[in-house]
Amino acid sequence: MLESVTTIIEALPYILEGTLVTVATVFGAMALGLVLGVPMSVAQVYGALPVRLAVGFYVWFFRGMPILVLLLLFYFGLFQLIGLNLSAFTASCLVLGMTSAAYQSQIFRGAIQGLPQGQLRAARALGMSDGTAIRSIVLPQALRLSIPGWSNEYSILLKDSALAFVLGTPEIMARTHFVASRTYEHLPLYMTAGALYFVITLIGLKVLRRLEHKLHIPGYASHGPL
Amino acid sequence: MATPESVTTSGTPILRLENIGKTLGGKRILSDISMDVDKGELKVLIGPSGAGKSTLLQCINYLIPPDEGHIRLEGRVVDASRKSELYAFRQQVGMIFQDFNLFDHLDALSNVSIALRKVRGMSRKAAAERAMAELERVGLANRATLYPAQLSGGQKQRVAIARALAMDPKVMLLDEPTSALDPELVGEVLAVIRDLARGGMTMVMASHQMDFTRALAHEILFMERGSIIERGSPAELLAPGSGTRTADFCSRLTDLCEECS
Repeated sequence: MLESVTTIIEALPYILEGTLVTVATVFGAMALGLVLGVPMSVAQVYGALPVRLAVGFYVWFFRGMPILVLLLLFYFGLFQLIGLNLSAFTASCLVLGMTSAAYQSQIFRGAIQGLPQGQLRAARALGMSDGTAIRSIVLPQALRLSIPGWSNEYSILLKDSALAFVLGTPEIMARTHFVASRTYEHLPLYMTAGALYFVITLIGLKVLRRLEHKLHIPGYASHGPL
Repeated sequence: MATPESVTTSGTPILRLENIGKTLGGKRILSDISMDVDKGELKVLIGPSGAGKSTLLQCINYLIPPDEGHIRLEGRVVDASRKSELYAFRQQVGMIFQDFNLFDHLDALSNVSIALRKVRGMSRKAAAERAMAELERVGLANRATLYPAQLSGGQKQRVAIARALAMDPKVMLLDEPTSALDPELVGEVLAVIRDLARGGMTMVMASHQMDFTRALAHEILFMERGSIIERGSPAELLAPGSGTRTADFCSRLTDLCEECS
């Protein structure tokens, strides 16, 4: 028992450093997913047929394969093929980000399509171009409505980021695995790792919930019982 | 699109519809609609549900592009295939919807100012000043910071009117502006529209408010199955014993109202 505690204490700084890598990976992937996902959702709703088909193919591709396969496929396969020599960390961010873009685009698409038709019609009637109407009227509403779905994506992505350890990204899981395979203290170490993920999830969800309240429009959508 | 010879004389109507037709999903929605709207005129479209009134109004500013015919604003044919011309045209034609369509994420002031900023390119400050002036005009300056969900139906529609007026439209299209309102809120919206009419605003309005129409319309257009089947002044069409479809339709509307009350 005492040995377990000692192991954890000794390994903790090393594993905590991995927490930074995990958080950075998730941040990068969520950001990339947002930057790619928003235009993809707009293109899928309002775009011409070839554009819609292209986005549909992208989403199908990234949602259709396990992330583990995608990570290995890109890192050891496609990135090498096109001569990209990326660090394991960068590659993890990119692959997780591209995958997240597929999921995020569908969160945003649902929100866009859930807006009343009249919003866009009123914007057009005022002489707004479609681009202006989407930027100024559609997206500010759709993105607000997307925050709950987006927090789901965050908590899933955070846990998927543990898979990045197969590429050798020095995040929580990789470091825990490394220590466990040497000390054989599997139970306390993986419990520590689990607790770390648990805490990061909690903090992230709190922050997003805060954001949701901050961006809340009076009377627009209700929060809990009235 | 070829521009037919324009007939610019002193009597040019501000808005002219020439043989507008629309087919949707194989169904003829509008056929051969023509009308001249002079400056300062109020035209009221009346007719049973499904007559095509709403579609016609949305054809006029190309929210639903017509398949046939031309629309002229001040004698010039609108070429809707050119985006910039279409957007410029729509800025000059204000539209009021039955269900208000205020931008739900913006407060009343921003609802009015957003197009001034994003379409007209006005500064935030200048747009806010202009928007406040328009809200004052519809009696809602004290509601400027409220969001649509915090406004009553009548207030929402008045904000929508202020939003359209801020663009200095040459013509206003009103699609049953009071139909979605509780009866006690109809009056405040009609009062604003009446002031506009008296102030010389050119308007085409679909409405079943017969007292309002009788008092203020210059011409009534009675529509049925996508065509205008009667047109004339309220005095001509609504005279007792005139035997017009309009008079018949309106007396049935009135009967219905009496039954309700």
